[in-house]
Amino acid sequence: MESQSSTPNIADLIQSDRVHGSVYTDEAIFQLELEKIWYKTWVYVGHASEVPNANDFVSKSIGPQPLIMTRGRDGVIRLLLNRCPHRANQVCLQAKGNRGSFTCPYHGWTFSNSGELRGFPFPDGYDTADRSELGLGQVNRVAEYKGFVFGSFADEGPSLEEHLGAGGRDAIDRLVQTSPEGEVEITAGFLQHRAKANWKFIVENETDGYHPQFVHASIFSIAKSGIGDLYSSDSTAVARDLGDGHTENDLRPEFRRIDKPMNWFGTNEARLPDYVEKMKAAYGEEKAREIMIDGTPHVMIFPNLFIAEIQIFVIQPLAVDESIQHVTALQFKGAPDLNRRLRQQTMGSVGPAGFLLADDSEMYERTQRGVKSKMPEWNYLGRGKHRERRDEEGFMVGDATDEVTSRGIWRHYRELMEAE
Amino acid sequence: MSSQIDLALLAEVQQFLYMEARLQDSNLYSEWEALWTDDAIYWVPANGADIDPEEQMSIIYDNRSRIGLRIKQFYTGKRHTQAPASSLGRVVSNIEILDVNGDEVKVASNAMIFECNLRADTVWATRNEFLLRRTEEGFRMARKKVVLVNNEKPLYTLSFLV
Ligand code: FES
Ligand SMILES: [Fe+2]
Repeated sequence: MESQSSTPNIADLIQSDRVHGSVYTDEAIFQLELEKIWYKTWVYVGHASEVPNANDFVSKSIGPQPLIMTRGRDGVIRLLLNRCPHRANQVCLQAKGNRGSFTCPYHGWTFSNSGELRGFPFPDGYDTADRSELGLGQVNRVAEYKGFVFGSFADEGPSLEEHLGAGGRDAIDRLVQTSPEGEVEITAGFLQHRAKANWKFIVENETDGYHPQFVHASIFSIAKSGIGDLYSSDSTAVARDLGDGHTENDLRPEFRRIDKPMNWFGTNEARLPDYVEKMKAAYGEEKAREIMIDGTPHVMIFPNLFIAEIQIFVIQPLAVDESIQHVTALQFKGAPDLNRRLRQQTMGSVGPAGFLLADDSEMYERTQRGVKSKMPEWNYLGRGKHRERRDEEGFMVGDATDEVTSRGIWRHYRELMEAE
Repeated sequence: MSSQIDLALLAEVQQFLYMEARLQDSNLYSEWEALWTDDAIYWVPANGADIDPEEQMSIIYDNRSRIGLRIKQFYTGKRHTQAPASSLGRVVSNIEILDVNGDEVKVASNAMIFECNLRADTVWATRNEFLLRRTEEGFRMARKKVVLVNNEKPLYTLSFLV
């Protein structure tokens, strides 16, 4: 950045219980976010189960940049940039597939799926070209936590484990144990839901326990799912700031109070006999019961992975007022009967026509338009400030509908944006 | 085949599809719901036309009871994305009878849909496939498959009846 004058002063725009509307609309801030967040910190890219075999690849992204997630012959997962080092043509146009190399259609340069330049046609036209310098770009750091693959464009910085923190790791640990084999699989294909809204409206909404009763009143009233009650003012569920921008709505207090296995998924043990049996065999009677009562987490891993009990959302910013939610059903290894229901329920809930997400997305777009109005300039995020408290692990928590989560997201955001 | 076109059947199918389009364009939800058979499947695939909807995510993959839920949601008045309802005008064309089997007729058609809502004006293009079943009340839809031609790309909210 050349001059401070054109750079907005983030400290003035983000305060402890309010944020300035321009953080959602200012093009300069969006560019700064790409530099300070999306092209620097750990960003979720994809899941190892999407490229199970050697030479599998799948198209992914970090922010507006497309990537190719490949698994090499060596079994290693890499994140390649889709830009030919010759004259920048895109080398891969398929959503997914299996191949050991990519040939650029423009002038025929060929790259291995680990990124190295293998060769170019008519090589006598190059005298001093150093092939080792002419490979595909790669995301500087790639790391995996229990199959969840993240990338960071920074050479150095916190490790993925540090980035996830105790809270983020614990959420993923809790998630994978819903599988009798301890593994999540992402195999059901993604819906891509576009919204004319800034990505931060989406991130904040994911752990906003205040909105469900209103935004989703229509479906709660007719589907009798019981989800609405989890986000009422009487709910014993808590909103939690896990630090480093990660947040959650912890519904376990409610599920433990109700004390019925599989109630978290709106069903019961009798309906999923195979699954229940496998869980007991895998974890023992007592632990299996505990897992099946607690259910899966509702956690937003900053900046772009939302684990939403039965599905995951990957949030992709395209422009200051344009974002995509990539969403798919979670699938648990060794649980075909559960997985079928997870797919059915996810399909009903999310995506462009979803019973839930079409209404969330409506709010994203309306807030994006609303925030362009000049007054009162600020969004007020003070809900539950008077009753937020530290839990046993030292995380800040609030009541189910409190904005302790939004405040946590913004505190972290400000740190990232102010960092060198 | 061309010499054997059953013009009466074609006219009947055409009238049915135009009526369905009119009910959709007019947001006449329960009238539209009444067009479905009890074993109906309403399918809007994602990522191509030929995915396996039992295994892969679709934009809509409703059985009859879920169609009912979808309709009920509109009538709560709190289906925010359709309050106000989209203004719609669609053109249905390329109507072709693919197969006749007893009281069932398999039909293909295309539709261009102009939607105007709070976000913007949006044009949707679809290739449709119907399984119509003849009943005492006339044709009913046993199956409708709507292939959005851009279903491999990110799509804005599509919450009207497509
Ligand atoms: S741009 Fe790829 S080979 Fe020329
Ligand atoms: Fe929501």
